[in-house]
Amino acid sequence: MTLKILRTKILPHTVLIVFSVFFLFPFVWLLFTSLKTSNEIFALPPRILPEAFHWENYKAALETVPFPRYMWNTLVICVICIIGQLFAAPLVAYSISRIPWVGSKIIFAIVLATMILPSQVQMIPQYIIFTKLGWVNTILPLTIGAFFGAPFYIFLLRQFLLGVPKELSEAAKIDGASEFRIYTQIILPTLKPALATVALFTFVGSYTDFMGPLIYLNDAAKWTITVGLQGFQQDHGAQWEQLMAASTIMAIPMILLYFFGQKYFMQSGSAFTGFK
Amino acid sequence: MKDSASMKLSVKRKGWTRREWHYFWLGLLFASPWIIGFLVFTVYPFFSSLYFSLTAYDLFNPPQWVGLDNYKQIMTDERFYKSINNTLFMAFISVPISLASSLIIAIMLNFKVKGINYYRTIFYLPAVIPIVASALLWTWMLNPDFGLINMFLRAVGLPDPAWLMDPRYTKPSLILMGLWGSGAGALIFLAALQGVPQQYYEAAQVDGANGWHRFWKITIPALSPIILFQLIMGLIGAFQIFTESYILAGGKSVSGSIGGPDQSLLFYAVNLYQEAFMNLKMGYASALAWILFIIVMAITLVLLKTSRRWVYYGGE
Repeated sequence: MTLKILRTKILPHTVLIVFSVFFLFPFVWLLFTSLKTSNEIFALPPRILPEAFHWENYKAALETVPFPRYMWNTLVICVICIIGQLFAAPLVAYSISRIPWVGSKIIFAIVLATMILPSQVQMIPQYIIFTKLGWVNTILPLTIGAFFGAPFYIFLLRQFLLGVPKELSEAAKIDGASEFRIYTQIILPTLKPALATVALFTFVGSYTDFMGPLIYLNDAAKWTITVGLQGFQQDHGAQWEQLMAASTIMAIPMILLYFFGQKYFMQSGSAFTGFK
Repeated sequence: MKDSASMKLSVKRKGWTRREWHYFWLGLLFASPWIIGFLVFTVYPFFSSLYFSLTAYDLFNPPQWVGLDNYKQIMTDERFYKSINNTLFMAFISVPISLASSLIIAIMLNFKVKGINYYRTIFYLPAVIPIVASALLWTWMLNPDFGLINMFLRAVGLPDPAWLMDPRYTKPSLILMGLWGSGAGALIFLAALQGVPQQYYEAAQVDGANGWHRFWKITIPALSPIILFQLIMGLIGAFQIFTESYILAGGKSVSGSIGGPDQSLLFYAVNLYQEAFMNLKMGYASALAWILFIIVMAITLVLLKTSRRWVYYGGE
């Protein structure tokens, strides 16, 4: 009996707790470093706990670098990209899963293929196009793509649509509703949970994107939070307490989003199993 | 994939009925955002980068035709070989390690114990941290003198390498940081694990198979399609490593290089970025991009071909 409890309860929990420590400890280290003085940071031997909590590091970090501005720039890009994806991705997903036409299979195959196409192949000509359009150093190159629908979201919504019963729209069709009406009044509302996932991932994608802003935004006033934080690293590399404070500030929106939208994050796992 | 109604309608018939035309235009209309985007931002750049790869182009002067010169130059470029070696290290060492760790975590998260949801939350948490922030955190964690990792290693009497300052340890640093984020891959495995029919395990238990046997004879074959998927994505991802390397290397060095100590973090995509956007050698970088494309296609095709030997699809 005791052996069984050991095997089914104590052992699994022990293993899980040990691993949890490994996963959580860097967060503790991040937070505690951000609250230390620079003398404490470079003390030997290093200590984990700060002597006192120096919350003023956060104020200093916000003053050294215009983080509120970077945050605002980032949010603008995020919101525009969400609007774009929510407009385009469900339209395309509807076309390839609900409308009986020759293109549906072809487009689905290409959408899947483009998912593994490395972005580097298109990156340089895209940059040249945007240069010629005079769009470099604006947010247009970072947002326009969203209005054409990203392959992953099209795929995700298609999978979801396959699970929505066809009868739902057939009945409306018999009543003489147009395809567009069916799309906006029947399909879109049932897609809501999947659209929330798309919005969430788009936000995370734009918020964490580093290479895009690095390539396209030269003007420091237009930087996003990722490029801004890297600039901070470049210029104030030794001020670890401020760097860690800034990193914490950057991570907090993602952590909050994760706690409130956990359901949607977890769905992503099952979405991928649909690939086989 | 299941047959859709569309194919049944159009097969073996001479002309299209009005209904078919109606759906054709409708389908086209609904798909038009993607079609336009695909043509403008994928097809056109795809072929024009092939053209640029045959030119010398610095953005300011018109492109000059140089034929295969860029490709020839790449074949004798030390930095190219350095970047290939570094990238292959990540592909062959880091990708299998992170796949294994994702799988182990997924198996742990599949334990039937109370409070498993809390563990799930904890294990996935690092994966939601923006790479720039987590790479900065790990730069500090891996600080040779004041970092947490070496503090721990010294405490248990292990050697304390200089991590990001030592070219031999920069890539292991990257792997370590990757392990911290393996909750993301674990979630995909977990979803697949939960789809494995429980009867298989029960039947095997009746036959007297132990846990180890059940893992290799049931779990691995059942997960093989997902392992293949994650392997392909992981290998392709290795050729696109950029942000974590850029941050761990500390950004641009004084000499204007972004490859870290002794170019040990100069990965394929890092080299490509440097040639294109720092050296403004757009033609040369386009040739690098096309070589990347061919490598990625080759990896995918080889894996898909060999996969028939080790991937099992249910119900076949």
